[in-house]
Parts: sequence; structure tokens; C-alpha cells
Amino acid sequence: MVTVAEKIRQTDVIDQPLESEMTLSMGPQHPSTHGVLRLDLRLDGELVIGCIPDIGYLHTGMEKLFEYKKYQQGIVITDRMDYLNPLGNNLAYVMAAEKLLDLEIPERAQVIRVLFCELQRIASHMVWLGTHALDIGAMSVFFYCFRQREKILNLIEAASGGRMTPSYFRIGGLMMDLPAGFERRCNQFMADFPEAMNTFETLVTGNTIWQSRTKGIGVISGEDAINWGLTGPCLRGSGVDLDLRRDNPYTGYEKYDFNVCVEHDGDVWARFRVRMRECYESYKICRQALDRLKPGPTKADAPKVVLPDRDDMRKHMDSLIHHFLIVAEGFNVPPGEVYMPIEASKGELGVYMKSNGGPKPERVHFRGPSFVNLSALPVMCDGEMVADVVAIIGSLDIVLGEIDR
Amino acid sequence: MTEKLHAYVEKLKANNAEWVNDVSEGHGEVTVVVPTDSIVDVCKFLKGNHGFDMLADLCGADRGPEEDPRFEVNYHLFGTKHHHRLRLKVLVSEDDAHVPTVSNLWNTANWHERETYDLVGVVFDGHPDLRRILLPSDFDGHALRKDYPLRGYEPYSLN
Repeated sequence: MVTVAEKIRQTDVIDQPLESEMTLSMGPQHPSTHGVLRLDLRLDGELVIGCIPDIGYLHTGMEKLFEYKKYQQGIVITDRMDYLNPLGNNLAYVMAAEKLLDLEIPERAQVIRVLFCELQRIASHMVWLGTHALDIGAMSVFFYCFRQREKILNLIEAASGGRMTPSYFRIGGLMMDLPAGFERRCNQFMADFPEAMNTFETLVTGNTIWQSRTKGIGVISGEDAINWGLTGPCLRGSGVDLDLRRDNPYTGYEKYDFNVCVEHDGDVWARFRVRMRECYESYKICRQALDRLKPGPTKADAPKVVLPDRDDMRKHMDSLIHHFLIVAEGFNVPPGEVYMPIEASKGELGVYMKSNGGPKPERVHFRGPSFVNLSALPVMCDGEMVADVVAIIGSLDIVLGEIDR
Repeated sequence: MTEKLHAYVEKLKANNAEWVNDVSEGHGEVTVVVPTDSIVDVCKFLKGNHGFDMLADLCGADRGPEEDPRFEVNYHLFGTKHHHRLRLKVLVSEDDAHVPTVSNLWNTANWHERETYDLVGVVFDGHPDLRRILLPSDFDGHALRKDYPLRGYEPYSLN
């Protein structure tokens, strides 16, 4: 396929380029860099011949902070990393600690975790689609997308009390069980969602302007994608069939029936198609999770780790003691180290957690998918137009909170 | 699951007995401690012969100023075909905090190594562009070391 950049080279538009190259500093306040990302672009006319991402504007030292907080306090910090997918961050962190503790999580808690992770994935993809379309110039899509996201945030708020910072998953289970009537509200959202997806497909997918802005732009081959460590929709857009929900299953994903969406072109369009198809698959998983929702406990049977129920504390002395100890001193985690990867909405979110036996972790490292995906931006931008850089950043779906940590 | 991982360790040992200093297992994961000098060869061997084509993560850790060797660098290898994960670990002393770079094998190591250099202070020899990545270029010290205070020093202090 002939890329736009090649077409322009052929049509002598820039037969007399600038005498010297130009350096353009894009960002950090540029709206289409999705946060505080700065790009040092080296330009020859409008063609990008060099791109150096400059990150760190949002660095808050979270990995340092984890070492000074108890395990249960760390969950709150993870919300602030990838703020479009906080429940995914919660899950990765919590599961790393559970792996160290060898905890068995009850069935109901696992089903609710899957349900919320998939709802969150849809919400994250809605923000991606809205902002991606906004970057490329389709403004109205943004409002339709945020309407759907709003409904999901309301569901998350109903369960956890927080919209952007839920901290709903706790070590050993959930913060609390679902509120009464949650299933009805969730079903209501599920009933409306397919029609909303139809709206997006008609607004964007069939649009010729959209297609010509995305097809053949920012191409990366499957081999390069693996070498650059791309994961998630960016990797699947390059034809690599890899999804950790299927290949390294966790939280019972092996029991759900879903397809892994793969496209082979490796361009912005392919990554767009993968994410759109993923929304349908997430929807399918949500449906199955709602069917599997059976009454039962939502917290593991580990009184020294999991906070007791309020009611038990009024009746049982030992519950009160456990509660006091967990809150005042925390719980000790056996020494060891684990790496817990999950498939977050943007790719492989890995948590490396090391314990030396105390109530605070010795080291917590987050392998953020956005961080790694962004590092491949220079290869994708090479030889493209400046306006396409914006489209490519949008197709990577980066969140600077996770990149800078 | 771990039997398969141990098979890789056996192959490493069979190829060169000096490549494996120590092997530990826990929570279904296998960690191989590799001598600093041979980390590139081990990675090349595992990538070329055993399908570990992706470097999922690379991170440094500080064990504390009183420990020797003080630092460790963890390589989390992943195979996109067989979906196995293996952790390689390199121990680095404070006096000679140098590790050969693997960014020639995996481009993704570039930023991971910059981050490790920035926050832990391990120098990766042969890295094409070893600059600070998250902290400003005039920052003094390495923030993830255990003897670096949480609130930092002036002028970057929070007080």
C-alpha cells in the first residue's frame, strides 16, 4: 500500500525542501499528546525524520512511595497510575500480593473482578475512541463516547463509591459486595450498549475521511512490534495473536468464551479495528460474568489479611483484634518475589513485587503498557507527516500517569 | 508448569555451566541468577534457541546500603509462542555498578535501562542513549535507592 508520505514524495510537493532541517517541540501542553508528553520532532518540510519523546513531566515517585506504605495502602496509589483503567491497576497489584500470600479468592469475588475489569476496559476504550477521533477532527464522537463511559462510571461508583479512583479490589477479595439492584442497573447499560456501538461504527468506521487518515499510517510489523515490546491492541494490530487473558489466564478468564481480535496491517486503522472489536468481546464477557454471578462470600478466608465484617467486629473479640492489627500494623507478607502480568486495556500490565517479610513491600515495579508502547513511537513516526503523528499517538492509547508514575 | 521452566535452566547449564550461578523457585516462577558478564550471551541463547522473543520487563532493585552485592537487575523474559516466563537476575555491587546492555537484542530494553539507570543508578555499558528519563537531567542522586529520603533534598525537596 502506498503511504501518504510516499504519495507526497512522488508528487513533487516538497521538491524544494527547507535548506536545513527544522526542530519542532510538540507539547508538553499540546492537547493531542494526551497529557504532558513532549516530542522533539526533526522535520524536513512536513515530513518527520526524527522523533524523540521526552517524558517525566508527571513523575510523582509512586514506586518510591509504595516502599513506605503498607500493602493495603498501596492499592490507593495504583488508582492514580493509569487513571482510565484504575480497576486493572488494582487487580494487578492486588493479585501480586495475593500470589505472595498464596490466598484463595472466592468464586463470586473473581466473577465480580472479571465483570468490572471488562466494564473498565470498555470505559477505557470509549475515552480512547473519543479522544482519538477528536485528534483526527471528528468532534461529535467524543460526546457519544463519554455518554457511554459516564454510565460505566456510575456503575463503578455504585459499587465502590469512587468514579475514577475506585480502589474496589482489595487483597483477598473485594472492598464490599455489590449493592442491591446492581445487576438490574448493569443489565440496563448492557441493553443499550450494542446500539451505541452501532452509532460509533456509522459515525467513524465507514467514514472515508477517517479511513484515509488512518490506513497505511504508522505501520509497524509484527516482528518489530515484539522487539519493541508492544502489547495489547497495538501488538494484535500487527498480526501477533497474543492475549494474556487467554494465554496466561488469571482470575478465572479461562472459563469465559471470547475471541482474541487480531488485524494484520499494523497501521493506525488496524489498531482502531482491534479496539472496536474488543469492545464487543468485552461485552460478551460481561454478559457471561453476569450469568455466573451466584451468591457467596466476596472475601478470602484469611482473618489476618482481610478486614472483618463490621457486624462480626461488634460480636467477636478476635475479629476486633484482627481489625486493629491490620489497620495499625498491617500484615506480614512472606519473603519472595513475583511478577504478575495482566491484560489491561492498553496491554500487558506487569507488577514486580518483592517482599522481605514485613508489612511493607521492599520493591514494587510497574511495567506500564503505555510506557513501553510509547517507546516505539519514533519507529512508527519515521517518514510520516506531522499531522499523522497526532493520529499515531492516538492509536497507541497512552496515559501519561502510567508512563511517568 | 515449573518443570518446563526448569528444562530451560537445564539447557542453559548444559550449554555453559558458568552461566547459572543459582536457581530459585517460588509461586510458580523460576529465577536464574546469571553472572553479570554473561547476561547478554544468556539472553541471546534464550532468545535465539528457545523462543523467548519478548523482554516483558526489566527493572532494578536496591537491597539496601549494607548489602553486598547491593543492586539487582531483573529481566522478565516472555515467549510469544509458548507463553512461558523466565526471570533472569543479575547481582551488581555498589563499587562497580555496571551491567552490559541488552538493548541490541531487544529495542524495548532501551527505555527500561534508562529508567533503571535514572532511578537506581545502575550503568548499562554500551547503551546507545543512556540519559535520565523520568527525572530532570540535573537531578542529583538516584531516587529509588534505599538511602535516598522519601521527600528528597533541596532544591527538589517538598518542604
